[in-house]
Amino acid sequence: MMLPLLRAILFLGFVKPFVLLLLGVNARGIENMPRRGPALLAANHNSHLDTLVLLSLFPLRMLPLLRPVGARDYFHRNRASAWFSRNILRLIPLDRKPSADGPHPLSECVEALKNGEILLIFPEGSRGEPEEMRPFKTGIAHLAETLPEIPAHPVFLRGTGKALPRGEALFVPHICDIAFGEPLTWTGDRQSYMQTLRERFQALAALYPAPPPPET
Amino acid sequence: MSFITEPSHPVVQVSAAIFLLLVLAGLTAKILRRRHPERDFRELEYRIRSWWLICAVFLGAILAGGSAGLILFTFISYLAFKEYISLIPTRRVDRRVLFWAYLAIPIQYTWIQLEWYGMFVIFIPVYMFLIIPIRLVSLQETRGFLNAAGTIQWGLMITVFCLSHAAWLFVLPPALNPAAGPAGLVLFLVGLTEFNDIAQYLWGKSLGGPRILPGVSPGKTWAGFLGGVLSTAFAALLLAPFLTPLRGFTAFFIGAGIGFFGFLGDVTVSALKRDLNIKDSGGLLPGHGGILDRVDSLLFTAPLFLHFIRYYHPG
Repeated sequence: MMLPLLRAILFLGFVKPFVLLLLGVNARGIENMPRRGPALLAANHNSHLDTLVLLSLFPLRMLPLLRPVGARDYFHRNRASAWFSRNILRLIPLDRKPSADGPHPLSECVEALKNGEILLIFPEGSRGEPEEMRPFKTGIAHLAETLPEIPAHPVFLRGTGKALPRGEALFVPHICDIAFGEPLTWTGDRQSYMQTLRERFQALAALYPAPPPPET
Repeated sequence: MSFITEPSHPVVQVSAAIFLLLVLAGLTAKILRRRHPERDFRELEYRIRSWWLICAVFLGAILAGGSAGLILFTFISYLAFKEYISLIPTRRVDRRVLFWAYLAIPIQYTWIQLEWYGMFVIFIPVYMFLIIPIRLVSLQETRGFLNAAGTIQWGLMITVFCLSHAAWLFVLPPALNPAAGPAGLVLFLVGLTEFNDIAQYLWGKSLGGPRILPGVSPGKTWAGFLGGVLSTAFAALLLAPFLTPLRGFTAFFIGAGIGFFGFLGDVTVSALKRDLNIKDSGGLLPGHGGILDRVDSLLFTAPLFLHFIRYYHPG
């Protein structure tokens, strides 16, 4: 009872004003955002801010559906962080190095999708070097293959890695460029699915011409 | 010192007139859409809707009185500087310097609140000009040093220092402007600057003719520029007695100056965007672009107007 209220207060009182006013976003392709669950939201990953930015774009009534997916070794590194990610972020922890005899690492994700929830996943698997895209991991293809009717909405993010890159505690305001692409569904095999996803991201990245690199 | 209680105050009356103009603009857009159902007026409608937001926020802060206007300009400088920093190329180490540059924004507006003019005019051109390279040197990354020092300082100068000149008008002695007080001067400056933008656009669109700076802004014509400057000069002549201590030729002259400097601010931001290969500085105001696209002309008119007022009415 108290937790949903706390989540709503944090969402309206902190996440939305922080992202929309203090950070600032340029959003394109808003019409391609999922309006109902179940759905997958696949984003490239630069910063912890990515999750907050994606959450902030949704209306409050959809907040209960939104489930970020993150690395268990990071988000459950201590009890406070585990409590926060489980109860406030409602994060689904993912084992990056699963044991062979345990349950399938994506079983909780599959359950959430079956419950009609929207998963926020970062196929790069890690924030990596800021503003550089790494090869995608195939976990998303596994989910799409298991539940082939569920759409995956690609969303390209740029700028959060400048505002708060990995390994930095100093937040420096920087506008975040966002582009939602048309959702894709299961293509029939992993290779063509991952290829289509990569192509969608390349097309979205091209919507925001990057500034020329500083002369270093 | 809220104006809500004084409906006869010129600032209140001019604000009401501006809202009336917005209603008229909305009606005109509706009529245009009905007469030409085949044409797309969405851009115009977004533009008018954003004008409502801008007028509500700006006039709301002016009419609220107290420090509301100063706080609003601090926030506009923040948004404009953030937009600028997000557009230009920066290195990862520059984040350390940018943090200090962001801190300079509330500090610059604090000098205004304290009415410390000497500090207000030197803080960014002198102290920040020294602090930025000092911090950059301490980071020991010399590749791209000049680029970082130059671009960060330029951004602070234009989005914070120049814009804060409009906010300094708030703390001028009220006796300087018996007609409408400091808020009247701000309303005069901002109102005429925006009027000039619209007038230049409308004259340019309706007359066309030879282009004035095709290498920077291909859409701008001599007709738009001259028509805008003259319209703004006449608008100043009419509006000055209500809002300022300026009369006659002086009012006409500063009106033309606002028109000319507004144009220069506009094309300066255009040159910046062309250099960065972008069309709009952002997406904050649908139909207008970003905040820099909206305040570009004010960046140049604000210092001109403040120093003009201070020169003619020292006090």
